[in-house]
Amino acid sequence: MSGFSPNPDQNFGVRIQEALGNEELRESFHGAMTFLREKRRQQFPDPDALDALRTRGAAIRERALAQLPDLLEQLEGQCQHNGIRVHWAEDAAEANEIITGIARKTGGKRVVKGKSMATEEIGLNTAFENAGFSCLESDMGEYIVQQAHETPSHIIMPAIHRNKASIARQFAEQIPDTPYTEDVDELIGIGRRVLRRAFADADIGISGVNFAIAETGTLCLVENEGNGRMSTTVPDTHIAVMGIEKVIEKLSDLPDLYRLLTRSATGQPITTYLNLISGPRKPDEIDGPRQVHLVLLDNGRSRIYADRQLRETLRCIRCGACMNHCPVYERLGGHAYGTVYPGPIGQVVMPQLLGLDKAGKLTQACSLNGACGEACPVKIPLPDLIRRLRHDGVSRTDSPVRGQGKQRKWIEATIWATWLSIHTHPRLYRLSTLMATRLRRLMPPLPRAWTRHRSPLRPAARTLHETLQQRERARQKESAREQ
Amino acid sequence: MSPTIDRVYFFGTCLIDVFYPGAGMAAITLLEREGLEVLFPQAQTCCGQPPYNSGYDDEARTIARQVIETFDLPIPIIVPSGSCAGMLRKHYPALMAGDPLEEKANQLATRVYELHEFLHRVLNITLEDQGKPTRVVMHTSCSARREMEVMDDGLSLLRQLGNVEVCEPENAETCCGFGGTFAVKMSDVSAAMVADKCAAVNATGASTLLSSDCGCLMNIHGALEHRNSDAMPAEHLAEFLLRRTSGDAS
Ligand code: SF4
Repeated sequence: MSGFSPNPDQNFGVRIQEALGNEELRESFHGAMTFLREKRRQQFPDPDALDALRTRGAAIRERALAQLPDLLEQLEGQCQHNGIRVHWAEDAAEANEIITGIARKTGGKRVVKGKSMATEEIGLNTAFENAGFSCLESDMGEYIVQQAHETPSHIIMPAIHRNKASIARQFAEQIPDTPYTEDVDELIGIGRRVLRRAFADADIGISGVNFAIAETGTLCLVENEGNGRMSTTVPDTHIAVMGIEKVIEKLSDLPDLYRLLTRSATGQPITTYLNLISGPRKPDEIDGPRQVHLVLLDNGRSRIYADRQLRETLRCIRCGACMNHCPVYERLGGHAYGTVYPGPIGQVVMPQLLGLDKAGKLTQACSLNGACGEACPVKIPLPDLIRRLRHDGVSRTDSPVRGQGKQRKWIEATIWATWLSIHTHPRLYRLSTLMATRLRRLMPPLPRAWTRHRSPLRPAARTLHETLQQRERARQKESAREQ
Repeated sequence: MSPTIDRVYFFGTCLIDVFYPGAGMAAITLLEREGLEVLFPQAQTCCGQPPYNSGYDDEARTIARQVIETFDLPIPIIVPSGSCAGMLRKHYPALMAGDPLEEKANQLATRVYELHEFLHRVLNITLEDQGKPTRVVMHTSCSARREMEVMDDGLSLLRQLGNVEVCEPENAETCCGFGGTFAVKMSDVSAAMVADKCAAVNATGASTLLSSDCGCLMNIHGALEHRNSDAMPAEHLAEFLLRRTSGDAS
């Protein structure tokens, strides 16, 4: 994967420290996330209407997933009928091979790419580089990130970790004849001029897919900048890449999902562009690509699909609302996770894609506060899934997720075993709490991890159990005396 | 109040048992004041949430069985914590699915109430403030807010107190960073979260911090005290409600 770690658990702690120590980064994320949450809130003034819409969204996605194999077959048939060539890729390597293979056959060399997380997932940029193509990101955020040899830090706003000044410096250094300016409009203008030229020269355009409609064989692409429209219409060849879960049943399913996506992602009632792509240029048309390809990517998804509970992961429409609402993501930013998908959905998807031995630790970066699940437009129970993956990470029983049990540490398992024996023996429990209250001045304070940031906590002089027992005894004595 | 309720169980929670027994006693007094008999089974320990949230389901299930057997009378179970109530009401049914006690777990879930939810929605109590004017800041836990959806119950009770000005911190809906073992396993992330919460709490200018969850309370108050030895005091909501409405109000 391009710049993303195949083993994000490694050095997760180090990346967390770095992120927490970076004041500028934290300010950027705090500002951006607060802004996005507020914009979303304004789009959903009526909580009942929001809940009804989310329920419909979840039902649409669930219905599609329930018939996934059939819908994919139907999609393939309809696409072919529309003149779109369909390819199936089992994993990242196969997808990259298919895509670079198609590109090679065109004889072209220059590739432009619209914003797409699926192509980030497979590391397509690196594959193109290795195959001798130049592949330019054409979404402004992706362009900035690519030019700086970085990875996206948010699935919707890839360059959200960057501020104006650093982008200004980057453009002045890397784009010929560019003066330093912090004027946002000018900066966008500078980037656009480069991209316009690239679009005009490109032989191949790559895009993602937000929704693919099985009924009509239509690929939907939701965007604001027009880079998606350009990447899919100007070059002679258009290759769309999508995860197999993105298929929906019918055209009439689209409005609700579109409404949910734009409002949840950026707090917009509608985006500047909604592209409905239904095939290559027809003989009597004057523009559009001459060939359109669709690459259907599995990359671990069918394994997720096989488990009833984990399947809920696949409802995701990649809106990013879960990260915008996650208090941990807000404080760490996307890079700390070291994964293509950061934040709550990343904590759920990545262990399933990479294995619990490689990405299981990510699930610890969660206080189970539930803000993500509450924001998710398709009601994915993200906290439940995070907890489930924690379980699979430490349990020895069967899990469809690779690396199951690999997060189990002897010391933690022992602590829980001891904890259990105390808490299932009421006498032992009362004895241990009694000791805690009697020896409270001698008790070792809570772990340093706690006291480094908080005053030490001391047990009360008497537990509630004891207080109530004494009260009961006093009452009994009282009534005995009365008799 | 439903005429059939004259007895309730009290599930004390392990944090209250050891660290905040005063909050437990206050909650019991509030219930008894309404004429209820409160049963406190001495065999109770914990709800099993700590191992459950860490992924140790077998351990949590063992505790759940014990809770189900200990609280077996068909009467309400009152829990002075949104998070433990959430465990009993929302997670036991999922945890016990397929277990011989599954039916009983489902049945128990229907009897569980967060304390303030019960006082407000079921008993519909009215409170007469007897204290001096004061300003408090109320932190609603994420589980009270999202899992149990009882935020309004706590706030409504609090707002019945005429001399109490109730504030909420900025970004009230953001987690304080406690999250049980999260606070220890991801201590620096947790610290960054609680630091922001402390700033928001202090900015209200309130003189007392309230919450109906002791986990949040010990997290936020511990962090406030760590910064400033004369930080505002913290109290469980039940304790505050009782103090303001009984003779010893100050
Ligand atoms: S999990 Fe839900 S909130 Fe997160 S990106 Fe997917 S659809 Fe959006």
